[in-house]
Amino acid sequence: MNDLAQGLSSAARLLQGADTELWSVVALSLHVSGTACLIGAAIGLTAGAWLAIARFPGHALVVGVLNTLLALPSVVVGLVVYLLLSRAGPLGSLGILFTPAAMVIAQSILVVPLVAALARRLVLLALAEGGDQLRSLGAGPFTTALLLLLHERFGVLTVLLTAFGRAIAEVGAVMIVGGNIDGVTRVMTTTIALETSKGDLPLALALGVVLLAVVALLNAVIAMLQWRSGAPREALA
Amino acid sequence: MKAPVRQTLISLHDAAVSFGDTPALRGVTLNLQRGDRLMLVGANGSGKTTLIRLLHGLLRPDVAASLQTHALVPEGRAPRGAMVFQRPFLVSLSVRWNVLLGLWLRGVPAAEREVRCQQALQRVGLASLAGRRARELSGGQQQRLALARAWALQPDILFLDEPTASLDPGARREVEALVQDFAADGVTLVMSTHNLGQAKRLGSRVAYLEAGTLVVDRTAEGFFSGEDLPDPARQFLKGELPWRT
Repeated sequence: MNDLAQGLSSAARLLQGADTELWSVVALSLHVSGTACLIGAAIGLTAGAWLAIARFPGHALVVGVLNTLLALPSVVVGLVVYLLLSRAGPLGSLGILFTPAAMVIAQSILVVPLVAALARRLVLLALAEGGDQLRSLGAGPFTTALLLLLHERFGVLTVLLTAFGRAIAEVGAVMIVGGNIDGVTRVMTTTIALETSKGDLPLALALGVVLLAVVALLNAVIAMLQWRSGAPREALA
Repeated sequence: MKAPVRQTLISLHDAAVSFGDTPALRGVTLNLQRGDRLMLVGANGSGKTTLIRLLHGLLRPDVAASLQTHALVPEGRAPRGAMVFQRPFLVSLSVRWNVLLGLWLRGVPAAEREVRCQQALQRVGLASLAGRRARELSGGQQQRLALARAWALQPDILFLDEPTASLDPGARREVEALVQDFAADGVTLVMSTHNLGQAKRLGSRVAYLEAGTLVVDRTAEGFFSGEDLPDPARQFLKGELPWRT
């Protein structure tokens, strides 16, 4: 208990003192996970909308695989991306292993299935309410799905927050493809893992606090947007 | 009131619609004439909504050839349809954007959209609420917005699926008045309703459906006179108008 109290106290001092090392790690984490979420949103929302309206042989299998990928272990993603980007791998010529770009790729792969599966469910629910009416106005199936995502934009924001939470909190993939190189690929989660193993709890705890604060802040922003728009409370649930 | 040229717009010949193994409509033969105000009546599950969706093109008949849409004379183009549903789906945007969205989806040029949107909102009395979020409107206002959205599309045929079923009497009167305005503009109406009084007020023609079949289709006057009606339709009319003998 004493260790925890001391750790928290030191963490507070680090946060108040605007420790350069701490904030550079935080900035890189936000950059990597934010970029991965943007890529995940572009691919995942499109794929989710399409899967909600498309019917083709093997559709159920694709949806089943997508739902399975929701539980994709980050270390497996890290391993696969590592093998692809390593010097001997098919994408080795890109030379991006152990760079933030590799971390972005790994986290994008992690969040795309999550965004796609949740977006598909959002569209399916909204289709039951408004699909026929949008078709009646002249919308094609894919346009209908995209309009329903616009209609459910607060639900979409919640999906993206969930995806960001998954990306910024994962450690396995970024550790493998980033290498946890100080000042280059060291992010919050890999720093927490490293500092904990070294016994330097204050920095690890400070980063833990920042990690929670970032997600809480995003949640608050979305709740505020929702409140200002008058959207129903359940949209965030 | 414009007097449209009498012509067949949509014809159904022995049309059927099934949902999987379940038949929803069977052997329906019907010609929708330009200028008709066709009221579809019948109990729940009789096939009114299926028929209206079939006519609007939201459903396909089991045999494609059983449904034919005819070009307008003298315009020489396919008739434009618009539909108003019992519970209008309004996108979580402003009143104005909901109308503009419909115009955009129909490919109306950008230069025309704003003018048509304003005219439609004025016509249904919602111009002052153009900036309001559509989902904050009352039930009656939402249905009027759905009518404005349809109006802006300048339809030749307006399909209405029980548009006043969930409205209070005041809102129902407002919607009925707007539907009458549509008809006065020469728009052909196809409307399903449980309210026989409404069918009598708005309709020029009444079709009675039972268990997915079209039992009778005649002028409103002929239907409500009750003379020579097939038994099921007579029973329905007696049930709905119990003071009749």
